[in-house]
Amino acid sequence: MQKKILLISRHAPYGNSTAREALDTALAASVYDQDISVLFMDDGIFQLLKNQHSQFINQKNIASTIPALSLYGIENIYAHQNSLTERAIGIEELILDDIKILSNDDVKILLTEQDHVLSF
Amino acid sequence: MIFSLAVYSAPYSSQASYSAYQFSLALLNQGHKLHRIFFYQDGVHNATNLAAPPQDEFNLQQSWQALAKQHNLDLVVCIAAGLRRGILDSGEANRYDKPSYNIAEEFTISGLGQLIEAAAVSDRLISFGN
Amino acid sequence: MSTLHTINKSPYTNNVINSCLKICAGNDAILFLEDGVFSATESAPAASELQLLINEGVKVFALINDIKARGLEEKLARNIQPIDYDAFVQLTIDHRCVQSWY
Repeated sequence: MQKKILLISRHAPYGNSTAREALDTALAASVYDQDISVLFMDDGIFQLLKNQHSQFINQKNIASTIPALSLYGIENIYAHQNSLTERAIGIEELILDDIKILSNDDVKILLTEQDHVLSF
Repeated sequence: MIFSLAVYSAPYSSQASYSAYQFSLALLNQGHKLHRIFFYQDGVHNATNLAAPPQDEFNLQQSWQALAKQHNLDLVVCIAAGLRRGILDSGEANRYDKPSYNIAEEFTISGLGQLIEAAAVSDRLISFGN
Repeated sequence: MSTLHTINKSPYTNNVINSCLKICAGNDAILFLEDGVFSATESAPAASELQLLINEGVKVFALINDIKARGLEEKLARNIQPIDYDAFVQLTIDHRCVQSWY
């Protein structure tokens, strides 16, 4: 049975494993024919920055995995406007130039449409 | 109602696994169905059979096992997260040529897809993270 | 459908409550548990923002065992309802989605 599932990714990359394991979950979910959306908010926004060179800390590059989401059929990828503003990050600094930007009210509406939220 | 839980935090280090355990007890006592508990990220440490907390402290690993036995629960440890953190069953220990394995009875190792399958078939999915 | 937001971090060390309050809708509910219960006192950092949401209809709860464990029973804000795990389960039934802020 297909469900609408929103994965919310709120943690910065590299300092702990949450961002990486959230992304792995999204990629795994795409195989199961569910209606998956991904929302980056709070420090999760930092996963989207260009110019990440994670080889300096011997980790796989998160930013290079994120474009795979759409290759895996996850079309609804969102960034939270307020989280961007708080961190002084412009849309042009993000690796996805077609990411959809959501206001607080947009996020409220998005939540009402879901069957499940996967919190990361 | 059908529930599934996702547990993302290590026992003892944080309270979140204990909260998940208490939540499980409450929903089962109310007669709801618990389809699966999926242990992911540091939550995989809930599945070790090598933890030996002092006798006068709450033993979460054993409590999970007892609850699973009583209610025939599906306790699933994410294989990728478990391998990274040294939670292995005998099959994986053989595959990676490790000297031993440590997954506790009642827990099984499987893929991340089991979290998504749980979401697909459950009315409610609750995450317990830290 | 509405959402239950759970918060398990102290507002003194983690900004999670402010993120939650921004996207909490009028028919949502908030549950404080674990160190999240430090947000359930009269003097907590986001107490006035929380009150605004309560006025808009948001219901706010705190897990009683976590409150008692931390010696906060006398400090619990009047507009926040202490509940047990059974009521926590019921909240997850009353709201379709659960967003865990951690």
